Amino acid sequence: MDVTFDFDWQAAFASIPHLLTGIPYTLLISFVGLAIGFIIGIVFGLLRISPVSWLRLPAVAYIEIFRGTPVLVQVLFIFYGLPQLLGGPINALVAGIAAIAVNSGAYISEIVRGGVQSIERGQREAGLSLGLSRRQTFRYIIWPQALRRMIPPLGNQGIISIKDTSLFSVIGVGELVRQGQVYIATTFNALEVYLMVAALYLVITLSLSFALRMLERKGLVGQ
Amino acid sequence: MNDETSKSGGEPIVRLDKVNKYFGSLHVLKDIDLEVTPGEVVVIIGASGSGKSTLIRCINGLEEFQQGALEVDGNPLLPHGKATKTLQKIRTEVGMVFQQFNLFPHLSVLDNVTLAPMKVRGLSREDAIKIAERLLDRVGIGDQAQKYPSQLSGGQQQRVALARALAMEPRLMLFDEPTSALDPEMIGEVLDAMRELANEGMTMLVVTHEMGFAREVADRVIFIHKGEIAEEGPPETIFDSPQAEPTRQFLSRVLKH
Repeated sequence: MDVTFDFDWQAAFASIPHLLTGIPYTLLISFVGLAIGFIIGIVFGLLRISPVSWLRLPAVAYIEIFRGTPVLVQVLFIFYGLPQLLGGPINALVAGIAAIAVNSGAYISEIVRGGVQSIERGQREAGLSLGLSRRQTFRYIIWPQALRRMIPPLGNQGIISIKDTSLFSVIGVGELVRQGQVYIATTFNALEVYLMVAALYLVITLSLSFALRMLERKGLVGQ
Repeated sequence: MNDETSKSGGEPIVRLDKVNKYFGSLHVLKDIDLEVTPGEVVVIIGASGSGKSTLIRCINGLEEFQQGALEVDGNPLLPHGKATKTLQKIRTEVGMVFQQFNLFPHLSVLDNVTLAPMKVRGLSREDAIKIAERLLDRVGIGDQAQKYPSQLSGGQQQRVALARALAMEPRLMLFDEPTSALDPEMIGEVLDAMRELANEGMTMLVVTHEMGFAREVADRVIFIHKGEIAEEGPPETIFDSPQAEPTRQFLSRVLKH
């Protein structure tokens, strides 16, 4: 049992410049995917609580399907499956963004629904009793309050989606994990390089946590 | 009826004709007939669950009713919440103060008061602020306009809620147990503001458990029992010589302590 292994700090640090080339892809997929997912989430989250039952149905179907299947399967379907339908290849980056968008969109729909439903009934009644229309009541009273309550779970979802992008190494997107794999293929420093990969993810997610905490602290004034 | 108790008379501003409301199979309002004339202060009393809050919530359409006719300032409200056009018109003319204040926590006191005049009446921000400052001064909150509701006491919050409703220059004010959620030492300041409003001639429909206020300020007191108007009349009659047995029992319970 005399396993001696010298952690090669030099190799670890040497990998960083190469790994950094993956970060723009990781960030691009995450943020564009989440931005689209947020829009999807608002639309389907509000449809989900529509008083009209035939509007609720597609929202429930969408949420259950994309929340209930793995994001890895979703991206494989989009990248390898959809081209058979469309008759042409799909760019791997686009496939990754699409997968994050539809996957996070399903979760964000539920976050939006929960946020809106958490606002006390009296707020709506107060708005309506002042003569505001239902639309105005939603826009000026319900939504701003709901949005503040949605910040913590949205932050959570952001962090989950950022980490999910690591799966897209399988379709060859040059994101962080993929760059690590490429680098290890020539240097064989798996321990050092994956540790650096992990550290870089942590830098991204901690920055987001920190930014959200600031936002929350600001946004919660007057709650 | 009650010609001697209404201050100014004229066409009633609120008219309910045989209004019936059900929550599922529960019959919560039974054949309610009610007319309120401009300038009149009507206080509605009754036990919890008697339907008194439901009654005033029907008047601005926060609750639907199933049968009967309801009219506010000549605008009809139809059963089952139909005709949303007149409903919104009615709501702009009818102010409401809630038990739980229902201030908008994400807006400053000033913005709470200016929101509806700007968005519904189309007032400019400057004009809305002028009105708001005057009303906030009047209810004694003028110096707190930049604060948020959570920074105020319950009594202050309820006075802001009153100013917010008055900013729409309503023709009728509904009060749904406005002091029931307040600490005892803050009830007086809210009742004072309401008393002042009544003295200025505002038409008011007040659901309350404050019998002293009812006796002093009301032109007419209505006692509701199990969804029905069991008795109504001037406060002296209701409090000093109630005719109906339920009224007597209720008053003996609430006036004992």
